[in-house]
Amino acid sequence: MDSPTTHLADDPVSPKTSGGAKRLGIVAAALASLLLAGCQVPSFGANKGVTTQSHKVYSLWQGFMVIGLIVGGFTLLLIIYAALAYRKRSDAIPRQTQYNTKVEIIYTVIPTIIVGFLFYFTIHIESPETAVVTHPYATVNVAAFQWGWRFAYPGTQVTVIGQTTANPELVIPVGKTVRINLTSDDVVHGFYVKQFNFSRYAQPGVLNQFDFNVTTPGEWQSQCTQLCGLYHSLMYFRVKAVMPSVYQQCLTSSNSGPKLQRGPNFVSCVNEAEPSSLTAASDRTSNLTFGKGTNG
Amino acid sequence: MVDVLERPTEHLGGDDHGHDAGHGHGEHHGPSGLLNWLTSTDHKIIGMNYTVTSVAMLIIGGLFALVIRGQLTTPGGTLVSLAQYNELFTMHGSVMIYLFAGPFAFGGLANYMVPIQIGAPDMAYPRLNALSYWLYLTGSLTMLTGFFVAGGAADFGWVGYAPLSNAVNTPGAGADLWIGALLLTGFSAIFTGVNLVATIFYLRAPGMTMFRMPIFTWNMLVTGILILLAFPVLTAGLVMLYADRHFGTMIYSPKGGGSPVLWQHIFWFWGHPEVYILALPFFGMITEIIPVFSRKPLFGYKGMVFATITIAALSVGVWAHHMFTTGVVLLPFFSFMTYLISIPSGIKFFNWIGSMWGGQIVYSTAMLMSIGFLITFLIGGITGIILASPPLDFFLHDTYFVVAHFHSVVMALVLGGMAGLYYWCPKITGRFFNERIGKLQFWLLFLGSNLFIMPLYLVGLHGMPRRMAVYVINPSWQNMNRLSSIGAAVIALSFVAFVVNVIVMLKSPKTAGPNPWDAHTLEWFTTSPPPHHNFYALPAIKSERPTWDYFHPDAPALGHEDHDPTHVPGHTTKVEVPA
Ligand code: HEM
Ligand SMILES: [Cu+2]
Ligand SMILES: [Cu+2]
Repeated sequence: MDSPTTHLADDPVSPKTSGGAKRLGIVAAALASLLLAGCQVPSFGANKGVTTQSHKVYSLWQGFMVIGLIVGGFTLLLIIYAALAYRKRSDAIPRQTQYNTKVEIIYTVIPTIIVGFLFYFTIHIESPETAVVTHPYATVNVAAFQWGWRFAYPGTQVTVIGQTTANPELVIPVGKTVRINLTSDDVVHGFYVKQFNFSRYAQPGVLNQFDFNVTTPGEWQSQCTQLCGLYHSLMYFRVKAVMPSVYQQCLTSSNSGPKLQRGPNFVSCVNEAEPSSLTAASDRTSNLTFGKGTNG
Repeated sequence: MVDVLERPTEHLGGDDHGHDAGHGHGEHHGPSGLLNWLTSTDHKIIGMNYTVTSVAMLIIGGLFALVIRGQLTTPGGTLVSLAQYNELFTMHGSVMIYLFAGPFAFGGLANYMVPIQIGAPDMAYPRLNALSYWLYLTGSLTMLTGFFVAGGAADFGWVGYAPLSNAVNTPGAGADLWIGALLLTGFSAIFTGVNLVATIFYLRAPGMTMFRMPIFTWNMLVTGILILLAFPVLTAGLVMLYADRHFGTMIYSPKGGGSPVLWQHIFWFWGHPEVYILALPFFGMITEIIPVFSRKPLFGYKGMVFATITIAALSVGVWAHHMFTTGVVLLPFFSFMTYLISIPSGIKFFNWIGSMWGGQIVYSTAMLMSIGFLITFLIGGITGIILASPPLDFFLHDTYFVVAHFHSVVMALVLGGMAGLYYWCPKITGRFFNERIGKLQFWLLFLGSNLFIMPLYLVGLHGMPRRMAVYVINPSWQNMNRLSSIGAAVIALSFVAFVVNVIVMLKSPKTAGPNPWDAHTLEWFTTSPPPHHNFYALPAIKSERPTWDYFHPDAPALGHEDHDPTHVPGHTTKVEVPA
């Protein structure tokens, strides 16, 4: 990973820095190394995820949380300290200090430097995350609709369609660059996979493209995240990452081995040898009673 | 003209409305009672109408929130149907944003206080002001009527994204009532904006230069300008939405060559300035309150004015940070602008802390609510900075993390609004709120809000999307949702305490006198409540705190740091918070 730490070390804040600025530079460099030494830093409730991109987003999250907790914690302490230390002790009128130019300059400059770093780290992670390669290994055309998903694999006969509680499955190869072409048939929907630490709107009339590289095989439950009408909360799908060989077999749909399956509650590329680890969503939703709403 | 008073001895004392010079022009000859209330163009009566109506809206919106929180205590909640749930969060968000937060701040307390703070007898356009209120009330009722029509209230979220909000996807009158309500309240806001700006520019008392204006008035000036920049855009967008729904235009429909993303641009071009239109008045309130109860001037007054102006200027260039995941906006630009705007927003904290530093802080309810504002808003600010980074926004957008982020902000505003009510209540009514009930309310509101919000950050990080009527797919989210619902119940208790306190306050005697807090600004110079046309007399205005100067004639005037700031030894005054 190319590291902004080295960059910072090569380029001290300024040649003739004052003691304060130098100390600031050291603190910033320390924070930057924390940012990249993701493993020692707590997760702060997030997850590394399963794509090369999600790993970077995770380290960015950790870095932001470290800086956020330092800045927030410092400010919080100042607030609480001031509120307690200067509580009323007498009726004497305190010194009527109104301006202190030095303090005012400091509290303007330091936040500016901090957000400068935050913006730098943001761009550092964002540019590769949103970049797309010219020749992805696999491409899937994803269309969202009220209330389900259609996953089409260009160049093959395979299209997986699932509605509401049926769990259409997006099958993708591990260790390869996967391109998603995302759009919507009707309203705005949200394509979000928690383990990718990523989401993107599916919008009518807009084609969104993005790439990701899954690092480990697995199956992950996902759902639409952008309000799309009545059954928004039931618009599920699953992502299944398989070895590239299995992926190829799924797409060619030979009679033996893994093949495309349509069950009542799911639509999937299933390898019989390793049954799904997730129960179909409808197993959990079938015993729900939804009261009749005014426009339901 | 009102008299200009130089020494405290000349000041009218206590409840005494009968200052000699005031007789005659202080009296109001017009209808009284209900007719007066209905026809009044007095900014104080209109301000009170706004305050009472918007607090009622806060309570209505809060009741919707309680049903939402009730539904989410189990993964497959059956308290309401899927359709009703969508209506509830849409109306909760809409009532809170359109009918509570803005009208409470710029229609209510600002309407009441701004003319008095600058020594004016009324708003510049009193009849337009009355029209603003009636448009607002009509708009509010129009929106709520949605629940009683076939098909129910609007259910496409408070942002009404196209094409979900078109006639095919959301038929029915509820959506049209929502659009109509936003047009009505939008014009109400625009008229209030015109009034605020005109009043502040043209009706300042002699001596009240721009840089002697109270910081609350400064915030309201900037808010007024932002209203004029932002609201007409929303209004135009809504007219186009209505045309799409009923006249077959396809402005937001890709089928006719239109663009759904256009709605998002228009909406957020209003929506982000709106965030500051909502926040600045509340900033203004606590920026008045913290120095008064710290018994010090506002630290860095001019810096704060410039920070506020900077925020306003930048706030029209950040709207697409709400659209990072659309894939069609220039991410680095909007991220950069958002980081820029975070600087003036952030340094305000140091003005507030600096004002407390070295003070003699009186823990009145108003002050406690303001400290609660600082802490809660700090959390919202830090998480906002996280969301300003597009990669992190991709990861957190449309999850409960965002709901938690903006509730840290809006619950801070509720705390700030309460601070404003506790601070100005003696001025408006002549009566004090009960401080014991007030402190109980503070702890319930402050702790309840954070208990309600914190679990939502976590459940969002764990992947729970917002606007979910059920989450059967992931029952592990239940515990955090239950904690959050308990927090919401505690907030509800704080409102019970508030309502009790309003009743107690209304039954208490009028003991406040003109200036119970030893405050800084002109509203504390006149009687409580102020007479018709506000003043019998004015003090000389020589700094940004004329009332304080008047009551502390032997203290040196405010100056720069190199000006000797020591006070006259032995000079004391008492600020007693009634128990
Ligand atoms: C009084 C305590 C409050 C509670 C318990 C509460 C609760 C909630 C909850 C649980 C949601 C999420 C609903 C969902 O996504 O399914 C929500 C959404 C929202 N709330 Fe609140 N809230 C409160 C106060 C406020 C205030 C004071 C404001 C604004 C001034 C506000 C503005 C909003 C907005 C704009 C939404 C988004 C609605 C949407 O998704 O369309 N809330 N609230
Ligand atoms: Cu959806
Ligand atoms: Cu914004």
